[in-house]
Amino acid sequence: MAKHHIETTVNGDATEFLCETEDTLLDVLRDTLQLTGSKEGCASGDCGACSVMLDGRLVCSCLVLGCEVAGRKVDTIEGVAKGQALHPLQQKFLEHAALQCGICTPGFIVASKALLERNPNPTDTEIRYWLAGNLCRCTGYDKIVTAVKDAAVALRKG
Amino acid sequence: MRYEAPETAESAAALLAATADARVLAGGTDLLVQMRSDIVDPALIVDIKRITETRRVTEENGGWRVGAAVTGAELKEHPRLKKVWPGVVEAANLIGSTQVQGRATLGGNLCNGSPAADSVPALIAAGAVATVAGPQGRRDIPVEDVMLGPRKLALTRGEFVLSFLLPPRPPRSSDAYLRFIPRSEMDIAVVGAGVSLTIDSGGTITAARVSLGAVAPRVLLVREAATAIIGSRLEKEAQDRLEAAARAACTPIDDKRGTVEFRIQVAGVLTRRAALIALDRARTS
Repeated sequence: MAKHHIETTVNGDATEFLCETEDTLLDVLRDTLQLTGSKEGCASGDCGACSVMLDGRLVCSCLVLGCEVAGRKVDTIEGVAKGQALHPLQQKFLEHAALQCGICTPGFIVASKALLERNPNPTDTEIRYWLAGNLCRCTGYDKIVTAVKDAAVALRKG
Repeated sequence: MRYEAPETAESAAALLAATADARVLAGGTDLLVQMRSDIVDPALIVDIKRITETRRVTEENGGWRVGAAVTGAELKEHPRLKKVWPGVVEAANLIGSTQVQGRATLGGNLCNGSPAADSVPALIAAGAVATVAGPQGRRDIPVEDVMLGPRKLALTRGEFVLSFLLPPRPPRSSDAYLRFIPRSEMDIAVVGAGVSLTIDSGGTITAARVSLGAVAPRVLLVREAATAIIGSRLEKEAQDRLEAAARAACTPIDDKRGTVEFRIQVAGVLTRRAALIALDRARTS
């Protein structure tokens, strides 16, 4: 059958694409829109590497169908930096070496940004619970938590 | 595979009725995983999230109507629901990660048909009624009667859960849900226990409902456990009767997450603890 023609907004830009019913939002982002920052780790909602914002809500893009985003707003890791200017979270992940292989990093940044927008001064425990759905198999969690806390400080200073 | 996102319950029911192998899509946190693992391969997916009634939380005759596709994150942020039904909201919020909370729904948790679904014991303890839409119109089913067994529902072809009605709450009422998992987050209940109760001004329990998950082929409403504490102030003797009644209701399986013996033991402990939390909340509600 014919592909679905979907009109949506990605990182603030009006976007349209064609997809099959079974294509996930992650498939569409990576393979159709060439936005390859979101990663496929598990494809079952366990690892968080594909985290994006859908209508302002943190979700795994592997658990969303491309069809579902018609008329909605999608924000991905590609929209986090402003041109060449890194977001404080990105800067702090670099400064604290909060990444090793880097596959989980886009998901951690997107999820952490969602946390800090709701809670500008989270505790370690709040950060760890919020990020429980983001897995890092290089297991650099302590550095990630430190980077998020430091980014929170930077964001509060403005 | 077709995809439809109708805007009315009637058109959703008509679509579901017209295709033998159709699946309802709410949050997708179970359906998409099952599709990916080739457990299901539906001919039609009916996304119910464009139906307004599935997506809103409204007061109704002193109770609360919660749409089947309202997410865990939305329940958590609701300004009043958590005060009236803390057990229902905490149960829904135990499901999965922050990302999963952004998508997972009460309707999906029930209709996925797992005996270990976290929100279901809390809904059953709450006395929630599911409003089901279908080709013949709508009907109300108590949540404890929706699930028949693993992956088996009492819904006929074309029917789907549209919303839940949480009943009006008398003064000094509250609820609680506890589950056991071997780690602190992100796991499936080995046992889940939901308790809802009402006390009079003297602290005596006048009404109660107790529900257990993951200890039988379906989530159980345990009337004997409620009877064991109604008329009491949850003294030690009443707690012992409650534990015994909860254990007696269990017919669990052995699996990698827990043995029969362990599940029965834990069911008693969690039921007692959930009742004590609900009682404490009822005193201060």
